[in-house]
Amino acid sequence: MSVVFYLLAALTVAGGLAAVMLKNTVHCALALTVAFAGLALFFLDLDAQFAGFAQILVYIGAVAILVVFAILLTKGSETPKEGVYSRNWLAGLAIAAGVFAVLGWAVLQSARVLPGPEGTPTATPVVTVLDIGHALMGRYVLPLEIVALLLTAALIGAVIVAMHEKEGAK
Amino acid sequence: MQETISFAPHLAASPITGILWLIPTVPIVASGVIALLKQPKRKTAATLAIASLSFSLLLSLVAFAHVVAGWAHGVAVRETVNFTWIQVGTASVDLGWVLDPLAAVMLVMVAFVGLLIFIYSTGYMEHDENFTRFFCFMSLFAGAMLGVVIANSLLLLFIFWELVGLTSYLLIGFWYQKPAAAAAAKKAFLTTKVGDVFFLLGMVWLFAQTGTLLFYNNGAGSLEFGALKGLLAQPGAWGLTAAGAIGLLIFAGAAGKSGQFPLHVWLPDAMEGPTPVSALIHAATMVAAGVYLIARVYPLMQAGALAGGTTAALTVVTWVGAFTAVFAALIAVAQNDIKRILAYSTVSQLGYMMAGLGMGGVAVGMFHLITHGFFKALLFLGAGSVIHGCHEEQDIRRMGGLRADMPLTFFTYAIGMLALCGFPLLFSGFWSKDGILEAAKHWTVAKTPFYLLVFGALLTAFYMTRQVGYVFFGYWRGKKPAHESPAVITVPLAILAFFAMALGLIGTPAWPWFRAFLDGRAVGFDWHGFAEPGLLGLMATSTVVVFLGLGLGWRLYGGQAPTPEEPDVLEKAAPVAWGWLRDRLYVDELYGVTVIAFYWWWARVADWLDRRVWGGVVAGVAWAFRGWAQLNQFLDNNVVDGSFDKGCDELASGGGLLAAVQTGRVQTYLRILALSVVALAAILIWSSLP
Amino acid sequence: MNPLTGYLLVAALLFSIGLAGALTRRNAILVLIGIELMLNAANLNLIAFWRYGPHPEALTGMMFAIFSIAVAAAEAAVGLGLVISIHRHAHTTDLDAMNRMRG
Repeated sequence: MSVVFYLLAALTVAGGLAAVMLKNTVHCALALTVAFAGLALFFLDLDAQFAGFAQILVYIGAVAILVVFAILLTKGSETPKEGVYSRNWLAGLAIAAGVFAVLGWAVLQSARVLPGPEGTPTATPVVTVLDIGHALMGRYVLPLEIVALLLTAALIGAVIVAMHEKEGAK
Repeated sequence: MQETISFAPHLAASPITGILWLIPTVPIVASGVIALLKQPKRKTAATLAIASLSFSLLLSLVAFAHVVAGWAHGVAVRETVNFTWIQVGTASVDLGWVLDPLAAVMLVMVAFVGLLIFIYSTGYMEHDENFTRFFCFMSLFAGAMLGVVIANSLLLLFIFWELVGLTSYLLIGFWYQKPAAAAAAKKAFLTTKVGDVFFLLGMVWLFAQTGTLLFYNNGAGSLEFGALKGLLAQPGAWGLTAAGAIGLLIFAGAAGKSGQFPLHVWLPDAMEGPTPVSALIHAATMVAAGVYLIARVYPLMQAGALAGGTTAALTVVTWVGAFTAVFAALIAVAQNDIKRILAYSTVSQLGYMMAGLGMGGVAVGMFHLITHGFFKALLFLGAGSVIHGCHEEQDIRRMGGLRADMPLTFFTYAIGMLALCGFPLLFSGFWSKDGILEAAKHWTVAKTPFYLLVFGALLTAFYMTRQVGYVFFGYWRGKKPAHESPAVITVPLAILAFFAMALGLIGTPAWPWFRAFLDGRAVGFDWHGFAEPGLLGLMATSTVVVFLGLGLGWRLYGGQAPTPEEPDVLEKAAPVAWGWLRDRLYVDELYGVTVIAFYWWWARVADWLDRRVWGGVVAGVAWAFRGWAQLNQFLDNNVVDGSFDKGCDELASGGGLLAAVQTGRVQTYLRILALSVVALAAILIWSSLP
Repeated sequence: MNPLTGYLLVAALLFSIGLAGALTRRNAILVLIGIELMLNAANLNLIAFWRYGPHPEALTGMMFAIFSIAVAAAEAAVGLGLVISIHRHAHTTDLDAMNRMRG
């Protein structure tokens, strides 16, 4: 486990924690961007350059901005007087802790059967954008088309859902 | 049981097999396009549907010609194209399509009859405002049915099979404003699903045993020697081999779709749909899908049979078929709705096909399927023409004397009726039915099916004569006078009538072209085919039986059919038996007091449990928590200091949570979901630990 | 310790943080943020498995992650559109206030 890993892990987890815990919603969105950036760096660290840059473009470039827009459009940045946490938030927290316990337990259980650090492949898999392009246009062309269709449908759907109804249209 | 293929099998795919997938795809795509059309675009919709099916027919004819050409050169064509659909680890689910004689004849029949019915529908549905939607569904149906025919994988067949079931539901309930139509659609869907569940079980079992769902795959398919050998070695349940048990499960699915007893109840009700639908789906093609399925998996059904012997699965198929044939024919005698008579007749004829498959092999059953497809479509379309001409009247007691008013319809209808009765020599039904009777006569297990089927033939001739006597002879008993239908309706009738007669030529004992074609043997013209021992006697028997039925019917109903107010001639003679038959032997009522009553009762129990027991448990838990909390509070206030405060609050809120599980709050649901998933995951991981 | 275990643990932690956010926050947008975090944690798993799996040249995990990113983008767009639409109707994004489906 390298120093880079621990730094990135700290950055990502801190960003994630801040994103769900801060009071001001705009601050949450900014913290979310930090978490996304940490994940993108993780991807780069894992030699998945393409996925890393896709992460930066899609999540930081689009999703985070979208979230900020949604917050501003719904005037959600004001802290409600009832507090930011919902009723029975403790139950939610307990369940999330339980999920983490089970996941962590499963990972640690499986870690016993994995080889140690010396037994893992260290050679960097050479994956060029050309390879990814070939894969996307070859074996994965049908999923690609379906995702394209899905994105179009989502685009139209989101516009229709969020569109102002015309006066007198009802 | 001629399974010996004397011709060398031919496996490499030719160009026509490569594009075989276009046959079902084009009508399905056309259906999608029609679905996007606006309602008034009637002409575009009809043109698209007819053009796409014409294209499919053309391709089917090319494929058929290819198979015939190969056969003429001594090659038993069986070409497949397979591909992997899902790959999971080393296991893979493969799909594919196949071109062999069985698929080729079925393709041509379905596409041809379908096309004629499409053309007929443009006239019949002319005044319906949902004309566009009708052609969308019809096109989808045609595509799905053609897909069933070419599928080389049980899974692909099942996918199309369900698609066929869906379109059947949509088309039976096409006039969904009518409560009866909506109910009939629901009934058809649910009843066939009962069979489909067994079909699915059989499929899963087959996959578990053989690891493939492909029928033919160069020796590695599930219907080929290696897989069958494995299935035979594997014991199933109740003394059956796995092959037999899987065969029976698949037969249950086929019985649902093909309306075999006891799953036949949906088919007569399905007549609530428009008449072209009844003709296309519930006479010529969809109901034949079950028979086709059995023919397709015939090697599985037959696996383990000794030379000339039979298997448990085939014996069941035979008995169910023979029983259904007589059972439905009996009911048909006492019906008064013109389409309902034909519906019961269809059930009965499907029984003949099943029995033919069970006793005589693929060719015998399939020949009757093909001839029946033509003459039953003819009869249904003729009935549609009659209904149209009589201003949407369906009760045969309010018709009569129509042979003068609708001469063309009468003439073609008579041909269809004589073909169905098996009138000797001239009509196709005679030859195909005789093939089944001959197989029954030589069946070694029991003689009862033979007598049942002969009796069924007598009944068939009788009820058809009764119907024709009611409708076309005697005097007009309706209100407004009837009129002949336009050419767009009568021309398809004439074409079908021609085939109802001519098709017999390819299956006579002297020139058994059809049989040889399906079995992959050479064929020659030989009068000595008639000289087989007992054959002429059998033909004489069946001729006598048909004439007996016709004569009896004519004696009772020819020319003096009673008015709606008078009782039927037979009703006067035997009112009790007549009542039983008229009420369809109370099968529906039996289901009403058993299956449906059980579900109703079960739903009541579940409702009661929900209200009383679970509600009570929730309330009880909440009450206990509240009590506990109050006890704590009491202790807190009186015994200990404020350290319990927090715990009390949490317990009280926990009680509130349990008392109102239905909070309407998404997060509550999300929490319960997460909790259950994590509990499940924990159990799974824990149980798989070494 | 195998590096894979470390990545999996980080992903599990991130997933649980996202879940905690989705389960405890009052604001619907914050719930969506939590769900985005959960999806991202899954992506990290996919990439880590791809990198340390036996066949990185097969690209399966990577492709899965890329498609997952695309689907998540669609999900975010529709989800936020729905939030805006609900806000226009109910003038709130407070999930506790939305209980019209209560039984």
